[in-house]
Amino acid sequence: MELNFTGTDICAVNGTRSAPETRYDVVVVGAGPSGIAAAIDAATAGKSVLLVDENPVSGALMGNDTPLYFGGRMTAATQNADRMLEAIFMSMPDLEKAMEAGAELLLGTTAWGVYRNGPGVASLPEQVVGLADAERSWMVGFGKIVLATGARDLALAFPGWNQPGVMGAAALQMLLTRYDAFAGRRMLVLGSHDLALETALLAHGRGVEVLGLIETRDAPQGGDDLVAAVKAAGIPITCGQTIASAKGGIDGVEAATLTNGETIACDTICVAIGLVPSIELVDAMHGPRSLNPARGGYVPAGEPSVDVVGDCAGLPDTGFDHVAYRMDWMRALTAVSANDTIICQCEEVTRADLIGVQPPNYLPRPAAMCARSLETLLKDGPANQDQIKRLTRAGMGVCQGRRCRDQVAMLLALESGTPFGTIPLASHRAPVRPLPLKILAEWDEPAEMEAAWDVWFGIPTQWVPVEDVGTPYEDDHREMLYTGMYK
Amino acid sequence: MSGSEVVIVGGGVTGLSAGWWLARSGVKVTVLDKFIVGWEASGRNGGGASHYSSPLFDEEQRLWPQMDELLGYPTEHQKGRILIAMTERQWEQYRFIAERHTRLNHPVELLDVKQVQDAVPLAGDNCFGGVHYKFGGHANPQRTVQAYAWALQDLGGKIVQHSPVTGFETAGGKVTAVKTANATYGCDAVVVAAGPQIPQLMAQLGVDVPLAAARAEMIITEPAPMMPLGGVDGHKIYGRQTLRGNLAYGGGPHEWLDVDATGPKARPSTPLARNLAKRLAELLPKAAHLNVIRSWAGVIENSPDGRPILDRLSSPDNVTVASMSSVGFGLSPASGHAIRDLVIDGTCSFTNLDLLKLSRFDGLEKDWREKRGWMPIS
Repeated sequence: MELNFTGTDICAVNGTRSAPETRYDVVVVGAGPSGIAAAIDAATAGKSVLLVDENPVSGALMGNDTPLYFGGRMTAATQNADRMLEAIFMSMPDLEKAMEAGAELLLGTTAWGVYRNGPGVASLPEQVVGLADAERSWMVGFGKIVLATGARDLALAFPGWNQPGVMGAAALQMLLTRYDAFAGRRMLVLGSHDLALETALLAHGRGVEVLGLIETRDAPQGGDDLVAAVKAAGIPITCGQTIASAKGGIDGVEAATLTNGETIACDTICVAIGLVPSIELVDAMHGPRSLNPARGGYVPAGEPSVDVVGDCAGLPDTGFDHVAYRMDWMRALTAVSANDTIICQCEEVTRADLIGVQPPNYLPRPAAMCARSLETLLKDGPANQDQIKRLTRAGMGVCQGRRCRDQVAMLLALESGTPFGTIPLASHRAPVRPLPLKILAEWDEPAEMEAAWDVWFGIPTQWVPVEDVGTPYEDDHREMLYTGMYK
Repeated sequence: MSGSEVVIVGGGVTGLSAGWWLARSGVKVTVLDKFIVGWEASGRNGGGASHYSSPLFDEEQRLWPQMDELLGYPTEHQKGRILIAMTERQWEQYRFIAERHTRLNHPVELLDVKQVQDAVPLAGDNCFGGVHYKFGGHANPQRTVQAYAWALQDLGGKIVQHSPVTGFETAGGKVTAVKTANATYGCDAVVVAAGPQIPQLMAQLGVDVPLAAARAEMIITEPAPMMPLGGVDGHKIYGRQTLRGNLAYGGGPHEWLDVDATGPKARPSTPLARNLAKRLAELLPKAAHLNVIRSWAGVIENSPDGRPILDRLSSPDNVTVASMSSVGFGLSPASGHAIRDLVIDGTCSFTNLDLLKLSRFDGLEKDWREKRGWMPIS
């Protein structure tokens, strides 16, 4: 086959991408207090500003613990998008100030990926952020992006955690303060640091019956004033205990049993052990991250064109070692729960299968497979959470690892006897929120994209059957299957 | 050659399969990898195993149904493929391919729209027809790569991870040792199966191997209801439904890169995920509501004609070069067998590899990449 090269690969990505639909000097992701303040500052300085926030998210996403760990304890009010939007405006009066300052505001709009040229990619026309609402996705160019994505709940597994009614503190606070849409009535709180104490007081103040706080360490962990306020509210703090299991029925949790055998009837167990900075976007763009135990775990560590503000940059440093605290909880929960406790809810991976590095149940486990484990894998080199994720599927589900990424990392640290952070956290990938194919799709893509599209590289000789090489059929093959490549 | 030492540079799917085949023949094998086995394109591809254009095809087809048993670990191999045509042009092209299969006695069946919908519940009535390959199939790349690695270890082979190869020692026209930063591995023979890093490594031995690297991308959805046959693609995308139900698909334009001796610096995915999503939603319209939950990219190398380079060199004569030219996963059971034959016997026992010799590029113009437009964007 004679190939006439033109110096151009018509199937390369060069020049095929669409330009962003709009551009702003500054795009702020997250309309909490830090994001609003950043938007007002930039708009006041005369910049064009877009402020986006994914809330209110759809009921389906909330049911999937996205973006926070709602544990299925939302009322039906969260299904009403108009009411939710109104609730956000009512609870965040500064949103109007941002708009008055000139920022454009898009609620119900998710930032699902940030892209810029760098190592491994030079084909982007400019740096862009991918946005999506309930109807479609689109790309927006920016001069600077401010990530104010906050922090999300750390989930921890115990027998029965995989049922409605087990939820996180940040999710509970959002349901109570923003949406007035918490469906629980009787609640047990796990943890006794400031997050747990504040959450208990908030819930108590909103008429939720707070049955008590459970603390695995020997004393309450939060500030003295908060501890005193909780006690003054008549909420007991039980120390040196952990939860052994949660029992429930069709509506979820009905009771929690502690390690001392005490059973507490409740419909909600609020896991208030820690918050994790929401670094998904910066991690998915391969921005650097570092571990800062005093600021809640992994935090962004400096990326050009990206500012990080608020809890996304790390929780306020009060000198408390959040990682050591979580590891104490993990140790305690692991000690009292059976090995068949589910760790990854989406993929139904048990702790035994995670630590055994075993494949999912729909695959056979021949003898050689059963003989493999984290222990044998460690003989090949340091553990890697992404590798273990691929083998066990822990973290590969539709919640995108929001419920289990951090605790899998903690378990691997415990089981391999290495300090937390030695094993790299499983990577985040765009889209950092689940996005339907029809929403993510670029339906109006440039003609250049279709013109360049080939199933693989578009090299005619690559797929000519070996029997046909050097025969006339070789040219037929190229004529039929390749449109213009090297002709 | 029993009892001798073979060092394999590169723990991708090709190097691992070669190592496993050599270990099965009683050879002492050490596989050196710069990071973790299968971490590059070997563990992040479409998982297809239907490469009828390759001289390794018959062996690929013979081996895959046996691989779980031979390796002792699950690969998730599933048989068969259906290509769905979404345009009149694609339908013409797929029928052309089907005719070719018929001539080569590969069992295929043409499907009309109704038959496509019966066989592929997620397909719509917006297609033109389909071709059912009653051969070929797909497997899970990540699981398969690890299966080769473990099976090789079970046979006494060694895998050394986190150990980039830095150079070679030579004597008497042979490579006598392979060096990493921390150790030197004496050897009787070497297999260089280091993907995009092959040119840099082979240059140290004075051998020019023309390969160019590029990045390609895929997306994956949340699980869909299981279809009777997971190997469904067409519409100029490739992919599969995994045994968990996820739809994993790739295709579309690539980006040429420069990759140095240390390998790809990063594997970023890009907004191409949107163009993949569009085509997947068109191909399987009843899956259009499903959430995309990840995208990723991989870096693969291509030779100037896109065909593999599988060759035992004449000098140094104990070196075998193995690049599958961006199509390595599915052919790995067969490529490993071929490499084993080249290393031990000097020639392949089951097929003619003349088309894959490195010498076909003797006299290749120096600016072959520029001529093809295979240069990185500057």
